Amino acid sequence: MNQNVNKQALFNYVLALGDDAITMGHRLSEWCRNAPFLEEDLAIGNVALDFIGRAQMFYQYAAELDDQGRSEDDLAFLRDCRDFRNLLIYELPKGDFAFTMVRQMIVDLFNMEFLEQLTKSSDERLSAIAGKCIKESRYHLRRSHDWVLRLGDGTEESHERAQRALVDIWGYTPELFMVDESEQQLVQAGIAVDRAALMSVWDNRVGQILTEAKLQKPEDSWKVEGGRRGVHTEHLGHMLSELQFLQRAYPGLQW
Amino acid sequence: MTEFKMNEAELEKVFQKRIDDEQKIEPKDWMPEKYRKNLIRQISQHAHSEVIGMQPEGNWITRAPTLRRKMVLLAKVQDEGGHGLYLYSSAETLGISREEMVEALQTGAAKYASIFNYPTLTWADVGAIGWLVDGAAIVNQISLQRTSYGPYARAMVRVCKEESFHQRQGYESLMVLAFGNAEQKQMAQDALDRWWWPSLMMFGPHDADSAHSSQSMKWKIKRKSNDELRQSFVDQSVPQAEYLGLKIPDSNLKWNEERGHYDFGEIDWDEFLRVINGDGMCNRDRISHHVKVHNEGQWVRDAMRAYEEKKRARELKKSA
Amino acid sequence: MMSTEKKLPLFEIFVRSKRGLDHKHVGSLHAEDHTQALEYARDCYTRRSEGVSLWVVKSSDIVASQEEDASSFYDPMDDKPYRHATHYELPEEVNNM
Repeated sequence: MNQNVNKQALFNYVLALGDDAITMGHRLSEWCRNAPFLEEDLAIGNVALDFIGRAQMFYQYAAELDDQGRSEDDLAFLRDCRDFRNLLIYELPKGDFAFTMVRQMIVDLFNMEFLEQLTKSSDERLSAIAGKCIKESRYHLRRSHDWVLRLGDGTEESHERAQRALVDIWGYTPELFMVDESEQQLVQAGIAVDRAALMSVWDNRVGQILTEAKLQKPEDSWKVEGGRRGVHTEHLGHMLSELQFLQRAYPGLQW
Repeated sequence: MTEFKMNEAELEKVFQKRIDDEQKIEPKDWMPEKYRKNLIRQISQHAHSEVIGMQPEGNWITRAPTLRRKMVLLAKVQDEGGHGLYLYSSAETLGISREEMVEALQTGAAKYASIFNYPTLTWADVGAIGWLVDGAAIVNQISLQRTSYGPYARAMVRVCKEESFHQRQGYESLMVLAFGNAEQKQMAQDALDRWWWPSLMMFGPHDADSAHSSQSMKWKIKRKSNDELRQSFVDQSVPQAEYLGLKIPDSNLKWNEERGHYDFGEIDWDEFLRVINGDGMCNRDRISHHVKVHNEGQWVRDAMRAYEEKKRARELKKSA
Repeated sequence: MMSTEKKLPLFEIFVRSKRGLDHKHVGSLHAEDHTQALEYARDCYTRRSEGVSLWVVKSSDIVASQEEDASSFYDPMDDKPYRHATHYELPEEVNNM
């Protein structure tokens, strides 16, 4: 690691990536036993497992960087809302199957670009994790891309649901490309990915998929942000109360 | 090709000889209608049990206490779905569709393992299900690897390989509780208290009272009787409970030197019948959840079909 | 309830577990088309071993003689060790699970 880099900034960065992954994994895991048919139950479960596995890798690394000596599980299960740094799009409730798949396509496209860049990080650990994750994301995207086509160009109902999902999600997408000062330092140091620079490629590819799916790209009329500062939607608190229930109800025990 | 027309009785003789010679029956073989029906009943019931079984354990996925436990549980519940799929697919070789089987489940015409009508109240229940319920299922499924119907036997081989992880993860997670603090140990004991008897019920009625048993044994659909299987489960579970320092809730449980087996108390057969007939804690919830999810998925399945039809039409137009 | 719904087609799944071995029949699944069947085959039949190649065939396209056989295969999968029984270290006393 570059000695000039603020260790706290790196810790925050890795932690935020862990938070992104655990919130996404949590939402996807909610589909297990609730999918539209059995084959999809299994498939969506695999994607959920990939994200939770990702969270584990990022948290393990963050735990090693943490000067308070917390474990990966402490980081996942013992921090409250204001300390979670995930981007808001990941914490939104799973919604219907259209919402889940439209969001998935959006974040899978983003992650393909993001992870590709992260493999070039000067931080070897991050680059190694990204190398593993990018293979998973390639598969995730194939699935979510296919699903968006099926829903967008399926029945009238599926088209409407997909379009509505897109409108509901759109204002959360600009946050994917917002970089704060501490992250900017890491970008300068060649550690973090310059997310702002990924926007045009992402925008292009989303546009292609939506056209192919006969869906209308929404106007950029609204946006919200705050996840990286610990300012969240009200949904996150409820997710954490479920995620962290046992660790909170029975503090300090092994499981 | 010369065709010999055999009558039903002759065909059945050839069929039974094949079974007696330990040959497998395969999908295209002639088989008595009752054999087919009996198999469809048993395999679909088995498949439904896997699928309904996803609910009580799935109940804890979002609340699992560590990242590792969460992944293990999710992988496990996902496996249960996979086992349901293997089993539906082997039943489908008998000429029944998945849709028909699902309909039978939802209307109550087909049963599933009664144990899944009990609720999972604490985290220890997840461990207890792995240890006891999967343990009991494995005892049964190991014997079914030798069942006479080929696709069912092969599905069982695959299922058994995967189930072993299920039981071990459950036991391992209970070990942590049993050796944890007093509260955790109590949680583990409480789970054993609630899951022990329902686990013994999983093997079904006594041999003498079992409606389908004798014909199933003759056809080698079942390879061991309900009571034999239940006995091996008790024998294997007692030392496992002892190691955990937990007490099996049966005052009649003791080693019988002469038989070389544990003696154990009588199952509450009234409870068994009550739950099978629909009055367990969760019977209604399990089915209504299944119906709800299925109905909510309708528009998705419709969309798939519509998309596929459009795609096909486009391709046809292109090639024309 | 179901009677109005058109059935999803059934596909037979064949897996080559490693190079040099034949594809083997492992079971079936429902999907809308071949592409989707291939994706689901990965999730449903190769959770423990990626397998180097998958075939999917519409069940209705198979013409069968009397005898056919299929057996299962499993290879260890490298990144999900917790799916395997050996991942759980248990004491000698109870180690026959």
